Amino acid sequence: MAVEQKMVTVYIMGEPQLVPEGSTIIMAWEYAGFQLKKGLGCREGFCGACATVYREKGDFKLRGGLACQTVVTDEMSLVQIPFVPAERPRYNLAELKPDVNTFKELFPTIFRCVACNTCSKACPQDIKVMDYIQQLKRGDIASAASTSFDCIRCGLCALRCPADIVQFNAATLAQRLYGKYLAKPSPELADRLKEIDEGKFDAEIEELNNMGHDDLVKKYYSREMKIR
Amino acid sequence: MKIPYFPGCSLKTYGSSFEKSAIASGASLGIEFVEIPRWNCCGVVSSLTSDDLMHHLAPVRNMIRVLEMQDEKMVDTDNKMLTLCSMCMNTLKRSNLKMQEHADELETINDFMYKEDKKYDGSLDVVHYLEVLRDYGFDEIAKKVKVPLKGLKVAPYYGCMLIRPKEVGIDDAEEPVIMENFIKSLSAEAVDWRSRKTCCGSYLTVSKENIVIKLTRKILEDARANGADVIVTSCPLCAFNLDNRQALIQIQNPGFEPIPVLYFTQLLAIALGLDINEYGFANNKVDGMPILNEKIFKK
Repeated sequence: MAVEQKMVTVYIMGEPQLVPEGSTIIMAWEYAGFQLKKGLGCREGFCGACATVYREKGDFKLRGGLACQTVVTDEMSLVQIPFVPAERPRYNLAELKPDVNTFKELFPTIFRCVACNTCSKACPQDIKVMDYIQQLKRGDIASAASTSFDCIRCGLCALRCPADIVQFNAATLAQRLYGKYLAKPSPELADRLKEIDEGKFDAEIEELNNMGHDDLVKKYYSREMKIR
Repeated sequence: MKIPYFPGCSLKTYGSSFEKSAIASGASLGIEFVEIPRWNCCGVVSSLTSDDLMHHLAPVRNMIRVLEMQDEKMVDTDNKMLTLCSMCMNTLKRSNLKMQEHADELETINDFMYKEDKKYDGSLDVVHYLEVLRDYGFDEIAKKVKVPLKGLKVAPYYGCMLIRPKEVGIDDAEEPVIMENFIKSLSAEAVDWRSRKTCCGSYLTVSKENIVIKLTRKILEDARANGADVIVTSCPLCAFNLDNRQALIQIQNPGFEPIPVLYFTQLLAIALGLDINEYGFANNKVDGMPILNEKIFKK
């Protein structure tokens, strides 16, 4: 006996569409016949390109998430965000100092933060976004780099911020400053770079380059994860 | 005593000597400052619009953090929240008072912060370090002084935020005595002067520094005219205006005689015999060491 596929209704920019239950938002769009060219990337929850907002039936709150990771519910309202317009100041890292004044100059909006925490509520990575903005306000760049570490630059924090802060770009600067000026130098990195220069991994890379698509996928998913 | 301590952004940057000297002096008196985890900016400046609840989220969120500390037994004080910076104290106290007096507004704020595990209940008492020292007993502090500041003439500078508005002031808004009593407990001489409650110009230092230069020049010259060797303050912004701005005052007024501006906790640390290297004078622009060497250390 064939199992019947259960369907749910979603509203794509206001228009009702029947889509299979259990679809992600991206799958719902594609099932309904849309071809997404922007606001879509790895489909694995890593790249942050498919940040979106949606509203569920009976929920007062506009919620956000990654369209490739969020499963639709019946009568959910959907829209796609092709791009997050955000201020991104140009700077030369070598000319900057890892202190609070750098952020006063390049990201003055962080000092408008009222600690409402809307950014953290919007973050699909569950990052304490408001906390790292507060850490930057007091010049604690090392903590901010660490707190923001899992950021995938989807931009939902900046879209929702009532103080117009561009949190994710400030996080990038914090991480760069930490890497260049504050992180403890790693002797292991120097050793590994030397090994690369000496060609220790050339054969392995060559092997990967010559592998077919299917073999590569198989190898990727059967890889051994080494977590320190 | 383990007391929850709210530092504020300035004390982590250009007011670090204030924080270090306060923590060191507290430790030698048995007052342990336990920094509030995940604290955020106090919300400076206190919003004067009565229905502007957005700007009370920051102070109230910090108060929730203190309740969490109490639950986790990180502190042993009863509903106290310690501040050093006058501006932070003022903002937090005013917000706390508003929440205590307006249950409906507190409910609105708690509803908005539904992601927090706890709700604020108005139970905290925001206190300034000077109040903690007063409650400790200036007589008790006098007994612990190892390096009496005899002969040092100290002008206590209250500014605005410590004593105004009176609802949140740590002492009488017109005739405060707490700083004078503190100074006397260290065996120093408290200078009686007119400008101790005169505004330094506050944040105009960002947009209209000439106004601040005019205001602070009057204050500084008044201190000198009344024989002060140093001025003490408890506000990083007042300190910035009174101390850092002396360079510009000097350029505009070649005859101007600079005067050191210290945090009150730096004097306390000296009097308690603590090693200057522990807290330092890194933030003080006008060098206080010559007068301290002359009158205290006899070098």
